[in-house]
This record gives sequence, C-alpha cells and structure tokens, in this order.
Amino acid sequence: MGTIWYCLVAFMIAVYVLLDGFDLGAGAIHLLVAKTDLERRQVLASIGPVWDGNEVWLIAAGGTLYFAFPVLYASGFSGFYLPLMMVLWLLILRGAAIEFRNHIKSNVWDPFWDSLFAGSSVLLAVFFGAALGNVVRGVPLDESGYFFEPLWTNFRLGDVTGILDWYTILVGILALLAFMMHGALWVQMKTSGALSDCAGRLAGNTWWGVLVMTALVTAVTFRVQPQVKANLSTWPWGVIFPLLAVAGMGGVRYELFKRHERSAFLASCAYLAGMLASVVFGIYPMVLPARNPLYSLTIGSAKAGSYGLKVGVVWWTIGIILAAGYSTLVYRSFAGKVALSDGQYGHTDD
Amino acid sequence: MEQALGVHRLQFAFTITFHYIFPQLTMGLALLLVYLKTKALRTGDEHYNRAARFWARIFGINFAVGVVTGIPMEFQFGTNWAAFSRSAGSVIGQTLAMEGVFSFFLESSFLGLFLFGEKKLGRIGHWWAGFLVWLGSWLSGYLIVATNAWMQHPTAYRLGAQGEIELASFWGLVLNRWVLWEYAHTMLGAVQTGCFVMAAVGAFYLLTKRDASYGRTFVKGGVLVGVAAALLQVYPTGDNQGKLVTDNQPVTLAAMEGLFQTQSSAPIVIIGQPSVRERKLDNPIAVPGALSFLTYRRWAAVVRGLDAFPQDQWPDMIPLLYYSYHLMVGLGTIFIAIMLAAAVQLWRGKLYESKAMLWILMLSVPLPYIANTAGWFTAELGRQPWVIYGLMRTAHGVSPRVGSGNAWFTLIGFMGMYAVLAILWLFLIYREIENGPEPESGLVSKPAIGVAAD
Repeated sequence: MGTIWYCLVAFMIAVYVLLDGFDLGAGAIHLLVAKTDLERRQVLASIGPVWDGNEVWLIAAGGTLYFAFPVLYASGFSGFYLPLMMVLWLLILRGAAIEFRNHIKSNVWDPFWDSLFAGSSVLLAVFFGAALGNVVRGVPLDESGYFFEPLWTNFRLGDVTGILDWYTILVGILALLAFMMHGALWVQMKTSGALSDCAGRLAGNTWWGVLVMTALVTAVTFRVQPQVKANLSTWPWGVIFPLLAVAGMGGVRYELFKRHERSAFLASCAYLAGMLASVVFGIYPMVLPARNPLYSLTIGSAKAGSYGLKVGVVWWTIGIILAAGYSTLVYRSFAGKVALSDGQYGHTDD
Repeated sequence: MEQALGVHRLQFAFTITFHYIFPQLTMGLALLLVYLKTKALRTGDEHYNRAARFWARIFGINFAVGVVTGIPMEFQFGTNWAAFSRSAGSVIGQTLAMEGVFSFFLESSFLGLFLFGEKKLGRIGHWWAGFLVWLGSWLSGYLIVATNAWMQHPTAYRLGAQGEIELASFWGLVLNRWVLWEYAHTMLGAVQTGCFVMAAVGAFYLLTKRDASYGRTFVKGGVLVGVAAALLQVYPTGDNQGKLVTDNQPVTLAAMEGLFQTQSSAPIVIIGQPSVRERKLDNPIAVPGALSFLTYRRWAAVVRGLDAFPQDQWPDMIPLLYYSYHLMVGLGTIFIAIMLAAAVQLWRGKLYESKAMLWILMLSVPLPYIANTAGWFTAELGRQPWVIYGLMRTAHGVSPRVGSGNAWFTLIGFMGMYAVLAILWLFLIYREIENGPEPESGLVSKPAIGVAAD
C-alpha cells in the first residue's frame, strides 16, 4: 500500500511538473520571445485559462502527500521552511502578475507586470529544481526525524548542507532550461506568426543546453546518491525511465526539425516524465534521504495508517478520473492557437 | 519555544484571516451568479446575462487573490505545525487532499470556462459552468469545515503504536456531527457577504444615478437572498452551533459568555468587559436568566462557569474570545434588522427611492466581513488551548526546529506581501465598479471585457 501511494504521489507531482512546467516556462521566456504588447498578451492568453488549474495539481499533490506520508510532510516542509516560504511569495507575485497585467493599459503598468511574471517564473523554476536536488542529495535529518536547512553553507556536499550547493544549483539550472524548452514549445504550439517562430527557435537553442546539463547532472547524481546505482542493479528494467527521457529529447529535436509543433511539445512531456520517474525510481524506497543514511525517511517509516490509505485509493481514483475529465474539457475548449483579434469574450485581458 | 509558539499562532491567524476575506465573497457570489444566470434562462432577458458578466469579472479578481493566498494555508500545516501534522496528518490530510482533488479541479476548470467560454458554451452550457463553479466552491467549503470540525470535535480515529493518530472511519470523519451545523452556519455567513456586497454596489449605482436598471437588480437580489440568509444564520444554524459548544466544549461556552462563576438563572451579557485577573465582568448590562434559557430551555438551569474547570483548560485569550463572540452575535442581529427593513421597503415598492435605506445598504458592506472574521475567531480561540480539542495542545503542535526569528521574518514578509495584494485588489475592484456593467441598449455591447480597459 505504501508503494502504491509512493507511485500515486509521484504521478501527481509529475502531472504538476508537465502542466505548470509549460506555464512557468512560458513565463521564463516571456521577455525573450515576446517583444510587442500584442505578442505578450498572446503569451499570457496561451496560459490564461489553464494556469490556475495547473497550480491546483500542486495543491492536490501537497494534500495527497500530507495524508499518505504525514511524517514526510512534517519533516520536509518544516525543514525547507525558508525556501518554501519564498516559493509561496513567488507564486503569489506570479499569480498577481498574470491576473492583473491586462486590467490597465499603460507604458508603466504592463512592462512592470511582464518583468515580474518573467522574474518570478525563472526563480520558481530554479527553486523547484534545487528542491529536487535537495531530495536526491539528502538532507541533514537526525534522530528526532526533523531538520532545518539554511539557504546555503559552504556549497559543498558535506554533512552540514544548505538548500543551495554546487549540486542543487546544477539541478536548478537544468530545471530552468528544461522548463524554458517546454514553455517555448508550448508557446510555439499555441501562437502563430513571428512569435511562434521565435519560440520554436528558442526551443531549438535551449535543447542543446538541456542536453549538456542532463548529461552532466546524471553523471554527477550517480556519485551523489549511491542508491540510484544500487536500484538499477537490483531492478535492471528501471533503465526504461532514463531511456524515456532520452527518447523524449530525441523526439523534441526530430519533431522540431519536422515542424510538428504538437508532437514536439508531447516529446518534451516525455522527457520531463522520464527524468522525474528516474529520480523516483532511483531513491526508492526512501521518500526523503538523509545525509546520514541511518535517519533517511522511507516509505515504511513515513506512511499513514493502512485503513486511511486503503480508503484513500477509492476516493482518489474517483476524484482523479473526474479531474481528468474536467481538464480534458477545458483543454479542448481552448484548443488551437490563441487569436486575440476576433473580439471573443475574454482571454486573459479581462 | 513558548515565544516561537506565539509567532506561529499569529502567522497562521494573520494569513487565514486575510485569506478568508476572499473565499467568503466567492462562495456567496457563486450562489448569486447562479441566481442571475437562472433568471436569465427563465426570463430570456439579456439584462441578467450582462449583470452576471459584471459580477463574474469581480468574482474572477476575487478568486485569483483567494487562490494565491490559499496555497500558503495548506503549506503552513507542514512548515509551521510539523508536530501537529506528523500526528494528525493521516486524518486531516484526507479532507484537505479531497478538497484539492474534488473541489479545486472542478472550480478552477469551470471558472475558466465560465469566464472565457460564454460564446462557445451556449446559454445552457454557460449556466452549467456557473452551477459547477458554485458546486466546487461550496464543496471546498465543506471539506475545509470538516477539517476544522474534526479539530473541534475529534472522532473516527484511533491511536497507533507510537501515539500517532490514525483514521478509523472515513464516513465518521466526513459526517462528523459537528460538521453539519458548522458548515451551514459558515456558508450562510458567506452568502450574507455576497448579498451585502451586491446590494451595496446596487445602492451605489442608484444613489449616484447611473446604471439604474442594474442598481435595482443588484439591490433586489442582494436583499431577497440576504434576508433569508440573515434569519437562517441565527436560527437554526447559530442556535445549534451553540448547543454543540455547550455539550462538547462547556469551558468554551463559559469563556465566550464571560461567565466566571457557575450559577443558576445565568444572565446573558449584552455589554461588559471581562477582567480575567479579577475573574469578573466589569460594567455588565445583562438579561437575567437568558443564558440558562437559551442553553437549556429552562430559565433556572445551572450553567457551569469558568470556575468549574481547571485553569489550564481555559481558552488562553478570554477577552479576545469574548469580544469576538459578542461582535459576531451583535452584528448578526443588526443584519436581520437591516435586511428585514430593506425587504419591507422592497415589498412596498419604495426601496429604490428610499435614500436612507440605500445609504445604509451601501455603508454596511464591511460589516459581514467583520462578522465572519469574528465568528472564526470565536471558533478558533474557543478551541484553545487545544489544537485538536482534548487530544493535542496547541503548544505541542508547532515545528520543533523553526525558531521565533524565522517565524517573525516570514510573518512580516506575509504582512508586506498581503498589504500590496490588498491595495491591488481594492484598486481593481473599484475600477470594475466604476466601469460598471455593459450598457443596456443591447445594440452596442462591449465585445470583450478587456476592451473596456483599453
């Protein structure tokens, strides 16, 4: 039952990353690809009806993590206190930027919110990457089951680690590049004209950065977290997860070349899913590795009582099927490229 | 640690109080939007669709602020209340996760369609989108109140080997006997906020002699729904909520009423200041026997005062609890008076010309916000010194490694962030009210909501 919930929580986080990943990515490239007011409104319109629904996956994944692994929720969230609060503030600023920008048209108001939208999106991408890096590297848990990590210490992988060290910064940069590519492919698919072309070119250029960083981070991770290698030798079939990521990368390049915008975006989804699945597979059965392996939180030590987990499977399945239904309806209603000139009621510029 | 406890409590109190400004209007307005959309469907009058579009814009701004201030609430269970989460997460995590899975997906998906898809959905489809937004927001309210109800009245759990609290019955959790009345009482409070806001905007339009047809619709809708909500708020929901407190948290009742000594024919104090040091109420104005009657339906019944309980079980901020409770009850009574008076004027056909009544409706708009806030203060301060009533003390629930300095830093950070949000929100809501609904002509309709701002 614990392993089932480990997979379900991982699934929800993965969906969150695939979905919010493209709107964070769209934010990160906002100032790079969209120069005119019309282009910027197009970028915002491409994510306008869906971004808060995407963020619901974060809330739902958080809630699921809370009830399935309460010990992990308590240790992890209080240990990452400061960076999590900053993530919250960035999410608040970013939400305000998306929603408030188009209420007034002015040469001061618009660029202000555009920059805030871009800046908060970049920082959130880096923070999420660094958070993942922290989980893979392990945190300074002790026998109490708690820890409190400072933002940084000496940037080395010793026993006294901070949120930021050279490893987590590398993962943060990888996350930013991967989200930029993902977001650029989304913008390319959802817009038209010069903006779409520019986003496509940016996706192609970012691809090289993602490639180099993926190779580098993967190589380093085998040294930082020995469990990954151990799991791969125990269950060799686990190699399909990194292969999925490789196939996704290949697919992005190929589909960009073929100019299949939709397939390129889906390939990028496969890359992100493959990377996350590899991490989840690599640290199993730990849910939060500790620097001292004695104190690592595992599925067994962090999970909730078995009755609650069994009941949860029932309602969770019903709820997620419903949610998938609504999401499909929304994405189908807003399918196709955004067009800002047809005077249709809405977009984000309300 | 004691010092950190206070800061953690203050941060949660501040962030939840600020957050709840927004959902109470969203939940109330969601119902009124269904009212307007239903009117539009049944009368076929485009006027109601235009009115609904106007309120949908205000709803959208309000919803966005509600979402971004809501995410910190869930996170803070883990960041600031780790020990509480570690023990109780497998129970209250259930309802919180269900809120995400069942209501937030529903609400956010159909709000997107409601705001941006009126043309694509058609008349019936758009009504359904509005209805599902209402359903999602009210379901979310239910699951949050169920979470709170479990903390007020823990049931359906068992203690595990290491003292962790485990869920024992799913239906026991979601159908906790505390939930029904607390939920009904909370939702009616939200509906009153929606009604007072709608009526106030209508009164503003009538008093400033602009958009008069909309002004009449808004005042009428707000008053008709509002009078029902105001009455139901007191009876049966408030009355039954009080009975639950009497039966299960008698010490809370004594503190709310400022009853220091156990007595028969206990009075209800209308005005008076509790002095905890001297254990008495200063300058009370009281109705003799009324508290005994309301709690036990007998004028001579004995009501236990604070002296009947050990002092370490007393709520730790009795004056604040007492004032919050009295403010809530007092305002609830005033709402009945205002709404009944307005309804009588409406029935006599004089409301739209009655300047005095319109002024009162317009200026009353902050009052339901204050009443809802005071109501939650009563519930949360009344539960102290427990975070889970009778099971876990608040002092034992905080994160052991997050010191007071860090908590002060983030509390002040939230204050600054929310001050900016509040200014933006007020500014944007003011602009929507100032821009007003689309003109009635029907020939020249504003094509896109955004174009009005261009």
